[in-house]
Amino acid sequence: MTLAHRNPARLAAIGAIAALLLVQAGSADVLPDNRADVFWSRYSGGGMDITGKSVLVRKKFSENLAVEANYFVDTVSGASVDVLSNASVIKDERKQKSGTVEYVHDKTTYSLSFINSTERDYVANTTHFSLSQDMFGDLTTLTLGFSHTRDRVGENVGKTDAPAVQWLGHADSRSYDAGLSQIFTRNLIAGLNLEVITDYGYLANPYRSIRFLDNSAKGYALASQVYPNTRTSTAVQGQAKYYLPYRAAVTGSYRYFRDTWGIRANTYELDYTHPIGNIWIFEGRLRYYQQRRANFYSDLFPFAGSQNFMGRDRDLAASQDTTIGAKVTYAFWPEGWKIFKRGTATLDISRIRFKYLDFRDIRDYNNTPAGGNYAAGTEPFYHFDATVLQLYVSMFF
Amino acid sequence: MPSRTMQTIMRNGLWASSMGAALLLSACGNIQPWVKPYERDRLADPIMSWDRDSISSAYLDHIRESREGARGATGSAGGGCGCN
Amino acid sequence: MRSSTMTGFKHCIVAAVIVTTAAFAAAAAGDAGPAPAFTLTNLKGQSGALSQYKGQVVMVNFWATWCGPCQQEMPLLDQMYKKYKPAGFTLIGVNVDKEEPPVKELLARKPVSFPVLLDPANQVSKAYHVDEMPSSVIIDRKGEIRYIHRGYKPGDENEYQDRIRQLIRE
Repeated sequence: MTLAHRNPARLAAIGAIAALLLVQAGSADVLPDNRADVFWSRYSGGGMDITGKSVLVRKKFSENLAVEANYFVDTVSGASVDVLSNASVIKDERKQKSGTVEYVHDKTTYSLSFINSTERDYVANTTHFSLSQDMFGDLTTLTLGFSHTRDRVGENVGKTDAPAVQWLGHADSRSYDAGLSQIFTRNLIAGLNLEVITDYGYLANPYRSIRFLDNSAKGYALASQVYPNTRTSTAVQGQAKYYLPYRAAVTGSYRYFRDTWGIRANTYELDYTHPIGNIWIFEGRLRYYQQRRANFYSDLFPFAGSQNFMGRDRDLAASQDTTIGAKVTYAFWPEGWKIFKRGTATLDISRIRFKYLDFRDIRDYNNTPAGGNYAAGTEPFYHFDATVLQLYVSMFF
Repeated sequence: MPSRTMQTIMRNGLWASSMGAALLLSACGNIQPWVKPYERDRLADPIMSWDRDSISSAYLDHIRESREGARGATGSAGGGCGCN
Repeated sequence: MRSSTMTGFKHCIVAAVIVTTAAFAAAAAGDAGPAPAFTLTNLKGQSGALSQYKGQVVMVNFWATWCGPCQQEMPLLDQMYKKYKPAGFTLIGVNVDKEEPPVKELLARKPVSFPVLLDPANQVSKAYHVDEMPSSVIIDRKGEIRYIHRGYKPGDENEYQDRIRQLIRE
């Protein structure tokens, strides 16, 4: 099994990265400073250990033109709850390369990006275009963007150390986004974002299976998932940032999500940023996410082929997760050094608690507290905690 | 064929509404900002930027979207010093 | 409806357009006319007034410590000031920061030779209708505003110099 090999999520992950490249546009008038970042991360939780390394460089070639390049490598190892057979520890790697060109003309910023993500059994290519316009005395910024992703989905039918990838199909995703950012007062800025994504093609994760009741010893048998070959989703997010009476900022955001698979999700986030002079920035974050299950999802189907579409990927289950995070940035070159204007080092730690309301952990089936077996459909609901560590050095020049 | 009066009304109505539209559009371009450029000090502070470290927020977004069903609408542009 | 009423209606619209256009034009009034007088203090607490420089070509540059393009042009403004001062030119830097300490700290690190006056209440900025940061207002020897340059992009200093030379020759 590979890193986060969930096709809809993968398409979305590329979209997320593309959307964040959109955020880079900032003020439509002045391109941000040149910068180089070296990034290291570690995700551990739910039996998985994922190390990420990344390098990002951004450079202006004139007052109007900037180019950004990013290289990211994820290495996965571990066995998550989704590994149902007695598989050995998986190890896999995902490499992502992206390049962005940004051009400013007067009050408009244009941005074009290409992203390629490759792993043994999954390849995704994304093109993203956006434009950002400042208006009404530079207090309002309107942003429009479009993304197109083409994926090739495969399954490793061999072993971890002797892989054999079988290519299963393609997926095509188009995303349309619109955003409005408004400065209300000297202390308050707010934003509203809308993103509509449509997917077509092979949208399932080939490594997941559904289970249905039968007369076997375990009480259930596994079968392939059957996913719809289309999905359309809409997300609307509102956020606001407020400068407190002392030098600190508080941010609140809410996002509503709904799609044609029946998933409804709400995301709430609260952030507090507190700097100390020119040297330190402390940030605390709280996030709560909750979703309703997809209409073709079930942890345990009554019999084989009971529905046209059946899925048991925990992405689709009714779940919630709570994140608590803290971030510290230290400026080791607050006034710069030689060609560098500023240099900072950041440590970011997040702790996420995941709880599933209708996805059961079926690994410990013969491990009830009383020493017996769980009857199919009575296993405890799955939950796990994950820790995400990020460490990066940013140099502005 | 409408009467001459009707024709005049229609012609003037069209003229009036296009003038109105032109006025409205020129008004939009000329809205004086209520937060003046020299009052953007706080908004120019890095702590007020929507995304200080995009390499980190992109990573966190990737982690979430791999595990959650929802996707999209996670960023904003705008704000800042508004210079130039 | 009578055609005379329609004609009257038409005139009304034309008048409304003219009045509104004039109003918008007036909003950009800072672009011409006599330069509003002002008296501000510098970092040392000493008073400085625009009237002191009557008879010279004056450039009033509105800047802030938090404004990137402002920082970019400061050294070039300094060079320009030193170059044209003997010919009867003065540059006044009007700082619009709400607080003094960052201004003091910045000028200690990157000093300039031209006078810097503080406008924390933003009264002078309002009087000059500053609508972009940075803004440079070039005033002739008679005290009339001749040119307003909004924003700063590398290369703009050439335009400043052209205008200054032109006004010095007058």
